[in-house]
Amino acid sequence: MSDLKKTDQDFTKVVVIERNNFDFLFDVLTKRGYHVIGPTLNEGAIIYDTIRNSNDLPLGWIDEQNSGKYRLLKQGNQALFGFNSTPQSWKPFLHKPRARLWQSKRDGNKFTIIPEAPENRKFAFLCVRSCDLYAISILDKVFIDSPFSDSQYRFQRSDIFIAAVNCTHAGGTCFCLSMNTGPEVTEGYDIVMTEVVENDRHYFVVSAGTPKGWEILHDIPYTEANTHDIETAARLVDKTKTEMGRAIDTTGIKQMLYNNSESPRWQEIARRCLTCANCTMVCPTCFCSTIEDVTDLTGDEAERWRKWDSCFTMDFSYIHGGSIRPSVFSRYRQWLTHKFAAWQDQFGTFGCVGCGRCITWCPVGIDVTEEINSIKNSEQNNPSNILIKENR
Amino acid sequence: MATNRKQKTDIAASIEMMPEFFSITRAQKETHDTFTFDLEPPSDGFKFAPGQFNMLYLFGVGEVPISISGDPADHEKLVHTIRAVGNITKNMQKLKKGDVLGVRGPFGNSWPIGESIGNDIVIVAGGIGLAPLRPSIYHVLSHREKYGKIVLLYGTRTPEDILYRTEIEGWRSRFDVEVLVTVDRATSGWRGVVGVVTNLISRSHFDPFNTVAMICGPEIMMRFTIQELQKHGVSFENIYLSMERNMKCGIGFCGHCQYGPTFICKDGPIFPYPTVKDLFIKREI
Repeated sequence: MSDLKKTDQDFTKVVVIERNNFDFLFDVLTKRGYHVIGPTLNEGAIIYDTIRNSNDLPLGWIDEQNSGKYRLLKQGNQALFGFNSTPQSWKPFLHKPRARLWQSKRDGNKFTIIPEAPENRKFAFLCVRSCDLYAISILDKVFIDSPFSDSQYRFQRSDIFIAAVNCTHAGGTCFCLSMNTGPEVTEGYDIVMTEVVENDRHYFVVSAGTPKGWEILHDIPYTEANTHDIETAARLVDKTKTEMGRAIDTTGIKQMLYNNSESPRWQEIARRCLTCANCTMVCPTCFCSTIEDVTDLTGDEAERWRKWDSCFTMDFSYIHGGSIRPSVFSRYRQWLTHKFAAWQDQFGTFGCVGCGRCITWCPVGIDVTEEINSIKNSEQNNPSNILIKENR
Repeated sequence: MATNRKQKTDIAASIEMMPEFFSITRAQKETHDTFTFDLEPPSDGFKFAPGQFNMLYLFGVGEVPISISGDPADHEKLVHTIRAVGNITKNMQKLKKGDVLGVRGPFGNSWPIGESIGNDIVIVAGGIGLAPLRPSIYHVLSHREKYGKIVLLYGTRTPEDILYRTEIEGWRSRFDVEVLVTVDRATSGWRGVVGVVTNLISRSHFDPFNTVAMICGPEIMMRFTIQELQKHGVSFENIYLSMERNMKCGIGFCGHCQYGPTFICKDGPIFPYPTVKDLFIKREI
């Protein structure tokens, strides 16, 4: 806390940065050695990549999302952050889709092993949404706050600058409100901003969440926010809440899912699910991986790679004799039950942040919010369940 | 700030995924598809608790989770009995004395050998399931006075599949251990018991109300063993199983070994039956 003292007052200050001063943010971050990653247009989608200045941002673009649907549209204004969930979250920067862990050499029966040097770049993440910020804190629980800690993840995570952005409208598949993970950014950020686009004015209402955040902020030309600015920003976030079209009732969901592991609904989903693993690839919290040990042709040099894996594949559960989960129903059940029930037992949180990506990127439009509600309803309507309860 | 980052650089290696290389000091064929390696730990010995496992790495080929089957009191020798069933284990089978194997571990929890002091011990093994139980057997036999009756019930498919045959015969010749062996299918020359291992429970002698049972074998075998033990009066709380799932890391990151809310690698592989009871009856969990 001693760090905080000298900037105590400033630290809680809400400031306004005008649009034409926004690019100072890049200068300040770059000067401090940060490599800025943010949203940019690429092949008809908004993805996270290296950003040099605000011209790299998707100016004026918004996304239209629904189950199995993602389209970019140009909106009337030049908003920097008018869109919602990007196809990929921040996960690939912290837990790489493909990473070499070590290399090894053999000389007769002598073996040397060289661990992979970490990538020495400190990232500034620009435009982290509340849901994705929660997702990062969930990955922290998996990779850092466990009996073992993943050194590559811990290293990547150790020095990240997080510039969060409040959502000023809800995406088509969002349900963060019901997961209690948004839309308002509440913790885990260095700075947080709300973008306000008015007819004659375009500005950002910004505050710092850490001394590190304030250090960056006070190097950017700003004015102190007045009541009007603060209220306008708050109103936009409130509006977002009312726009959210999807919700999951999480009351008692863990036991509900455990009790309904044999619900007929799983079989019904299995008729639609292609087990393509898209949902797990776009999920900001899905952390499963596989190990690939490879060798060169001489057999004297070997490497170990870690790659993202998905519980939707047959190989995932393979042990001698066959896969544990050969049928589609059991693989979908594994994924969904893990997200909403087992995760709570394992890490004390849900494995879902309501970002809606699994709904948007499901090629057959399976909607997790709809499926959970169906399982719940089928439990209530299934007479055999009532019988079981009475017999207990 | 800069120094901070330097320190972090030093620890950023994927140490948790790096095997150490152990030499094979003895390679022994056990049955047509199983073999045992004695491995020499590189420096200050190898300590483990009965029931724990290692990730064994064959250079350039891959890594598999294998339970430790040696004596936990012997820190100078690491023993693994392996069944050649997949690409990696079939290639491991070709290794000879003097060859080298990568080892990461030990991982996982252990059989309740401390908690069961004063009780009768019933060990039920099916096939290769005897390997992860052997460290417990070594332990209870070398601390014989601390336990009540000791019963080993062992079932294999055929007489040719019996592991550690000479050793089992040695245990059987003791007056303070009851050893019963059965085979699913007799071949010529077998004069012993034929049938499933659960049949041995009613033939053996222990006080069911004062017994800790440790079971390892195929899930179906464990299921019927639990039923039979319960029928005889052993409470679920005193029944322990060793579970198996696909495993890539052994340290809770890869996600493959999830069994309901548990990770077999870090919450298991040994589970008191009540903790997995609800999962055990479900298919494809």
